[in-house]
Amino acid sequence: MKTAMELNNRYNDDKVNDACGLFGMMDLSGRRFGAEEPVKAIANMHERSNGLGGGFAAYGIYPEFRNDYALHVMYLNQESKEKSEAIISNNFDVLRSEKIPVDYSAHVIRPPLMWRYFVHPKQNLLSTLTSDDFVVEQVMRINMETCGAYVFSSGKNMGVFKGVGFPEDIAAFFRLNDYEGYMWICHGRFPTNTPGWWGGAHPFNILDWTVVHNGELSSYGINRRYLEMFNYNCTMQTDTEVLAYTLDLLRRKQGIPLSVVTKILAPPLWEEIADMNPTQKRLYTTLRMSYGSLLMNGPFSIIAAHQGEMMGLTDRIKLRPLTAATLDNMLFLSSEESAIRLVAPVLDRVWSPLGGEPVVGRLKSDTERIEVIAH
Amino acid sequence: MTEESLSSAIRNRINMKDGIVHVDAGGLHYKDLNTILRTLGNPVPIVHIENVYGQRYIGTDLSNNMEIHICGTPGNDVAAFLDGSTIIVHGNAQDGVGNTMNRGRVIVHGRAGDIVGHSMRGGEVYIREDVGYRCGIHMKEFEGKKPLIVVGGTGQDYLGEYMAGGTLIVLGLKMGSKPIHHARFLGTGMHGGVIYLRGEAVHTSKEVQIKPLDESDYKILRRDVEAFCKEFEIQPEPIMECEFTKLIPASKRPYGNLYVY
Repeated sequence: MKTAMELNNRYNDDKVNDACGLFGMMDLSGRRFGAEEPVKAIANMHERSNGLGGGFAAYGIYPEFRNDYALHVMYLNQESKEKSEAIISNNFDVLRSEKIPVDYSAHVIRPPLMWRYFVHPKQNLLSTLTSDDFVVEQVMRINMETCGAYVFSSGKNMGVFKGVGFPEDIAAFFRLNDYEGYMWICHGRFPTNTPGWWGGAHPFNILDWTVVHNGELSSYGINRRYLEMFNYNCTMQTDTEVLAYTLDLLRRKQGIPLSVVTKILAPPLWEEIADMNPTQKRLYTTLRMSYGSLLMNGPFSIIAAHQGEMMGLTDRIKLRPLTAATLDNMLFLSSEESAIRLVAPVLDRVWSPLGGEPVVGRLKSDTERIEVIAH
Repeated sequence: MTEESLSSAIRNRINMKDGIVHVDAGGLHYKDLNTILRTLGNPVPIVHIENVYGQRYIGTDLSNNMEIHICGTPGNDVAAFLDGSTIIVHGNAQDGVGNTMNRGRVIVHGRAGDIVGHSMRGGEVYIREDVGYRCGIHMKEFEGKKPLIVVGGTGQDYLGEYMAGGTLIVLGLKMGSKPIHHARFLGTGMHGGVIYLRGEAVHTSKEVQIKPLDESDYKILRRDVEAFCKEFEIQPEPIMECEFTKLIPASKRPYGNLYVY
């Protein structure tokens, strides 16, 4: 019990302030850049986290394996590693299996063993499933069945790095200066209702969808049960996990455009729907009726990303902060403007998105991206 | 506390030049920055804080009559509990400007985030551009203490939420000669004070009523708009030519019957 207390409530206090820090930085031209600026920016919002969680998602970091799924797995015990590796080798062709390079001198708390695998699903096992569906299925299996292994990143040419510590410490632990990506999503955690453990740090990920979140999803229970109907199992003990699976379900599996997805997550109030024209009224009523179980209730600001796209969104009545800014090809999203100014003192434009209205950055063109990666 | 009591690392941040105290805040924690501000003050100085990147609570509880210039982007709750000084932000401010401030003035040469003047009970806040959500939330007044917020731009939803006193003026200066303020749910739960909008509101809450302005309103408006204009070197006359909307609470106890069984 003492151990759990130390891990979950290191300062032995009763604080329930809720003020995680979010930062996202994307070069829309696809140019890859190092971790230095994103880490500096998220570290500047030190007050927003309390050392019980920090994490990063970086896109474009594995160009040499860009067509392979990169599984990042944390092992809380040796037995779970054996069980997971059996699942992995039975279901995937493994191109490379290695320890994620880490720096144990970094100030983090009891890191689990970190491993990564670059894999392909075994083609003969796919039957009617797509490769993506197959990967999701195997990730859920490992998280559910191995009693101690958690796949915290499963996309292509991207990776999540997260754990218990301040974000700058997590960056040092995972030696993020060794990576270059065109998009970095960063999080400093201040856990409130759920434990500060390694799997509970943000970003949450499935395939190449990642989410970082500031706030509290009071709808977690209903969201979770709805997602279970589609075989998404929540194992990370934290509300934010449902957001990653929701995005995978709505965007990838059901092919719903982002502009509609944001209206499912943060729909207009009934009072506002009543004032709409008949077509809009029908659309928004239908969305609320069909997807009521994926409405994200409670205060939130999030940054959600997948390959080539970064999106910022707050709850519809704006109970958590989000600032957006642009400079040339760079799009910034941040809990605080000061963090953006620290890495880019002069900006082309800076604004606060309206509650429930997304800010979206996309790579300018895929051709451009491929060229950039090929360099 | 005196300047001598500061540690040498912090003391090295302070520089006196042409009668102005310069403080280099780059990488400095807000506690140390506020410690510096508390030790200054005799004789009353002008302080320039440079390289400000997100330090919170700048000027908390300051009761000495300083003029503090912030160069950069102050963190949340700048001027929280302020009790006398003047804080001038040369840039944008984040959330919680003037949180529970009691006395003094805050001038922002840019925009400000959400909950400007949260629970403010005295003093003046002037924001040159837009403000975020819930500006003036639960500001209050008592006898001679009457807080004032003047916003040069427009505000977002829940402007004047739970407002219990004081004056909130929103000018919409970049919105033409007849601004339409798009904020919704204006004055939700409002039960005191007054909101003046230059132009019109698209959506007000049920807890407010719109009233015509009388001569005493214009007297207040002229005084406060002139004070705003003086800070930002703007001509007040063209602003006052436009029609204003006055919002006051419909009731002093809007939720009086909410929990009656």
